[in-house]
Amino acid sequence: MSLLTPDPGLLFWMLVSFGIVFFVLAKYGFPIIVKMVDERKAYIDRSLESARQATERLQGIQEESERILAEAREEQVRILKETNEMRVKIINDAKDLAHLETGKIMEEAKRSIQKEKETAMRDIHSQIAALSISIAEKILRKNLDNKPAQLDLANKLLQEISN
Amino acid sequence: MSDLIQKTTVLFLLFLFVGINASPAETPPAEENTELNVSELILEHVGDGYDWHITNLGHNPVSIPLPVIVKGKESGWHLFLSSAFHHGHASCKGFSIAQEGPYKGKIIETLATGDEVRPWDFSLTKNATSLLLSSIILIILIVSCANWYRKRQENPENCSPKGFVAFVELVIMSIVDGVIKPCIGKNYKRYTPYLLTVFFFIIFNNLLGLIPLFPGGANVTGNIAITCVLALFTFAMVNIFGTKEYWKEIFWPDVPAWLKVPVPIMPAVEFLGIFTKPFALMIRLFASILSGHALILGLTCMVFLTVRLGVFMNTGMTVFAVILTVFSDCVELLVAYIQAYVFTMLSAVYIGLSQVEAHHKPKSEKSR
Repeated sequence: MSLLTPDPGLLFWMLVSFGIVFFVLAKYGFPIIVKMVDERKAYIDRSLESARQATERLQGIQEESERILAEAREEQVRILKETNEMRVKIINDAKDLAHLETGKIMEEAKRSIQKEKETAMRDIHSQIAALSISIAEKILRKNLDNKPAQLDLANKLLQEISN
Repeated sequence: MSDLIQKTTVLFLLFLFVGINASPAETPPAEENTELNVSELILEHVGDGYDWHITNLGHNPVSIPLPVIVKGKESGWHLFLSSAFHHGHASCKGFSIAQEGPYKGKIIETLATGDEVRPWDFSLTKNATSLLLSSIILIILIVSCANWYRKRQENPENCSPKGFVAFVELVIMSIVDGVIKPCIGKNYKRYTPYLLTVFFFIIFNNLLGLIPLFPGGANVTGNIAITCVLALFTFAMVNIFGTKEYWKEIFWPDVPAWLKVPVPIMPAVEFLGIFTKPFALMIRLFASILSGHALILGLTCMVFLTVRLGVFMNTGMTVFAVILTVFSDCVELLVAYIQAYVFTMLSAVYIGLSQVEAHHKPKSEKSR
């Protein structure tokens, strides 16, 4: 059998068998395998994508919670600070007020003391005057004969008293 | 390692096979023809035959008879087993196997006038039988894999195969992603079944041809009729679905006008190219597989040729031949894959070339 001339019988069988193989495999074989592999690939891609999204979301949630926590802590600090300030302020206010009141009371007291003192002084003055008049009367009555000496004495006394 | 052991066992059997086959050729005609006719032996093995010769027991050849289907010029259709020929020594219903002449080794019909003519011969020869067997096995393998997927069609998440199906999937996807997609481009889906069929058909027959025992051993892909049909299919695939641009590039290619107006040189070259491409595909596969078979057989025959040179020489040459045969068998395994790959890839490239879109427009705009 010559190697280089195709044998018609074998050509026929090859045509038939390859045709059948091609038909069967192209209809029931390869397309379904390739299709399923492609579908699986798409499915894997989808799964990876959703996993990535889930991780991202989780990270977002974590960040959010951290942020909220930090905010709360800040708020706490702020409130504490504010309270502290308020406390100091209230105390200071109270102190100021007390100071003012005390000052007022002191002033009042000073004023009334001054008044009392003046009244007392006036009293004393009038009493001294009355006393000195009476003293003078007594001295006058006693030493009326020695008139110049009496006058000197009276003057001297008066001067002393007025001083 | 186990592969190597397997390989050597196979080789041992191959020796057995060729050895028993070769010995009667040496012994019966006693002194006059002791030389082993290597070229005839090789040609017989790489060629076709009407029965599946397995071995010779003594002087009796052992072979599997195959059906002979012929349509005689006068007597019409006949169907009988090739054992009726008694290995070429007898005739049956006016048909016999020619021992010499232009139809040597083929069935001829002896007419009433005494003329010998070639009838319509659709016999299931060794190659045809091997072809049918391998086709059936291939269909069963691939369709069973496809059924595995079909069962899991509803839920793609459960569809990750193991074992053999995974291996087939690996091969399929390596061809689809590595050859078909890049070579064809966007229309690749339409050609995927054809190119995958071609790849699996060739590689399966190549590998089957390397096994020296019954279902294998035939030189199927090293037969020009087989590669011719494969090339014709590719030819059809390329030209039936060729785009307008593809035909335009053949009959009115983008070359200086003097190359195509008075004498259509370039169109003629391009037109010839339509036929040379599949022709090259046909010859490449045929020649490489044929030469591989011939090489292994030749190396094996070396053992028996050196018998006459004495025991030491024979032993040395035997060791040498075994090593070389193991090596070339491994190379043939590689070639079996490479040739299937190359055939598929070149078919894909030719199909890709026939799918060209009009890409001259941007170029001419640029030149303006």
